[in-house]
Amino acid sequence: MPDDKSDRSPWNWLLLVPIAIPLMPFLFNSDEPRLLGFPLFYWLQIAFIALGVATTTLVYQMTKRRRQR
Amino acid sequence: MNANVTELVVFALLFLTVSVMGFVAAKWRRPENIESLHEWGLGGRNFGSWITWFLVGGDLYTAYTFVAVPALVFGAGALGFYALPYTVVVYPLVFLVLARMWSVSHVHGFVTPADFVRARFGSPTLALIIAITGLVATMPYIALQLVGIEAVLKTMGVTGHLPIIIAFAILAAYTYQSGLRAPALIAFVKDTLIYIVILAAVIYIPAKLGGWGSIFDAAKAKFDATPAPGDGITLNANNQLQYVTLAFGSALALFLYPHSLTGVLASKNRGVIKRNMAALPAYSFLLGLIALLGFMAIAAGTKGVVGANGKVDNNTIIPALFDQMFPDWFAGVAYAAIGIGALVPAAIMSIAAANLFTRNIYREYLRKDATDAQEAKVSKLVSLVVKVGAVLCILLLDPQFSIDLQLIGGVIILQTLPSVGLGLYTRWFHKGGLIAGWVAGMSAGVWMLYMVPNPATGKAHFGGSAFGLSNLGLDTKMTIYAGFLALAVNLIVAVLGTLLFRALKVADGEDATSRGDYFADEGDPTVKDLDLAASH
Repeated sequence: MPDDKSDRSPWNWLLLVPIAIPLMPFLFNSDEPRLLGFPLFYWLQIAFIALGVATTTLVYQMTKRRRQR
Repeated sequence: MNANVTELVVFALLFLTVSVMGFVAAKWRRPENIESLHEWGLGGRNFGSWITWFLVGGDLYTAYTFVAVPALVFGAGALGFYALPYTVVVYPLVFLVLARMWSVSHVHGFVTPADFVRARFGSPTLALIIAITGLVATMPYIALQLVGIEAVLKTMGVTGHLPIIIAFAILAAYTYQSGLRAPALIAFVKDTLIYIVILAAVIYIPAKLGGWGSIFDAAKAKFDATPAPGDGITLNANNQLQYVTLAFGSALALFLYPHSLTGVLASKNRGVIKRNMAALPAYSFLLGLIALLGFMAIAAGTKGVVGANGKVDNNTIIPALFDQMFPDWFAGVAYAAIGIGALVPAAIMSIAAANLFTRNIYREYLRKDATDAQEAKVSKLVSLVVKVGAVLCILLLDPQFSIDLQLIGGVIILQTLPSVGLGLYTRWFHKGGLIAGWVAGMSAGVWMLYMVPNPATGKAHFGGSAFGLSNLGLDTKMTIYAGFLALAVNLIVAVLGTLLFRALKVADGEDATSRGDYFADEGDPTVKDLDLAASH
């Protein structure tokens, strides 16, 4: 089996970050501090979307390059 | 309440435009032969990044979501916000899994999750179980899309069932005519409308209500004043586990639904899927904002429309908020967004259900030598039957029944995870162990849901998915998502069953797939080029 025929890459482990972080309520379960009137609970969880997008994009770009080499 | 003419006219105009698009879709990207099931059911499997983004987004974020999530936030507060972490976690979770599913499906010509299980575990019985689970989970979901349309119509003062029958007749006709092309094309309009409406709502409504800070303060004041222990604008010690397991369990379940897979398999290559996993969270952002509409409704003092049974219909909260806040013409646009939003997933779900029936029941058990044309014909007919069934569900049964069924649907579709999700990665499980695990998980899940009361509506059973750990003899008020616990039972039994069947040397099925099949991509000789007729 040639190596380029696989999804294996150490970069994939990064995907665990945006899976684990949003599932830890102690990080965001609070009213204060507020941002633009939003309690922490809401603005931080909305911010996790950016974390998810950034990680997925990074892993996609890095693993894509590896495959082409 | 009298029917609001401006709202109705705008709603009807947009709805009709979209219907015309649905019929024209059959000619879009010119398939030479829409008579084969791959053409009709999977749109020729040649959708690029943009179309896939609209199609899958329109498929996953349904009208019911747009109505029910803010209604839940309106009623319970922070707990209803689980929809946000759920849709953040899901994409990194399935990033690699869906790429494998795409590859193996394109090498072997799979259209449904049951097709995959049939080939992977060599067991028609296990495949039948997966197909039936998918059908049972999908049917009430289609019916719920009608609840979304009904909520909008009710708010406009339109009562009676005729408008819904007309709406679904149109939907049925153009899905029959155009297959997956219809929802793909309509999804553009739907999403554009939804984005416009929601962005307007989150800028315009808070300005009228004195800013975000006072909206959250109003919500906090309301929840502090109620005796219910589970509500509030943040979580408490007892519902944190529920929040996390519900978000994670829902994320695990999402792509096990046959209709989610239909959208994914229609994409052109693995790259399209992976890029979409990075781009689909744009909808999660939208969903987060939509969820917050529930708090706006609290701050604005919105009252839901009183239904035929004399009780306030909570699903009308958001349409009622739009009615109260927006000028009539824009409320009409907002309603059209929700109404059209119901059509896209309903079309895809009925196609997915029809594919399941045709491939895994009809061809497997009723007519083994069916030709492609026969298969496509049966599939189209079944998609009609499924939609008629959904309409009958709403007309003849209490809508609450569909909502209960959908709740059960989420729990039972999770029970296909060991066969479908883990099956993509490992062939370790014995088919007998998987069947035993499924039986155990289903029984445990349905029993747990049965044990959940809902004091707010006075129901003793099926009152939600928050299973009290005290039912298991633990001295705590903590709750957990029933589906999550049921999946744990399923996995334990599947592992023990596999060890047992191996020890007893019970024959296992043949695996028709090989390792390389899971990484094949567009252009590889093994990947079937099914889309020749459609793409040129």
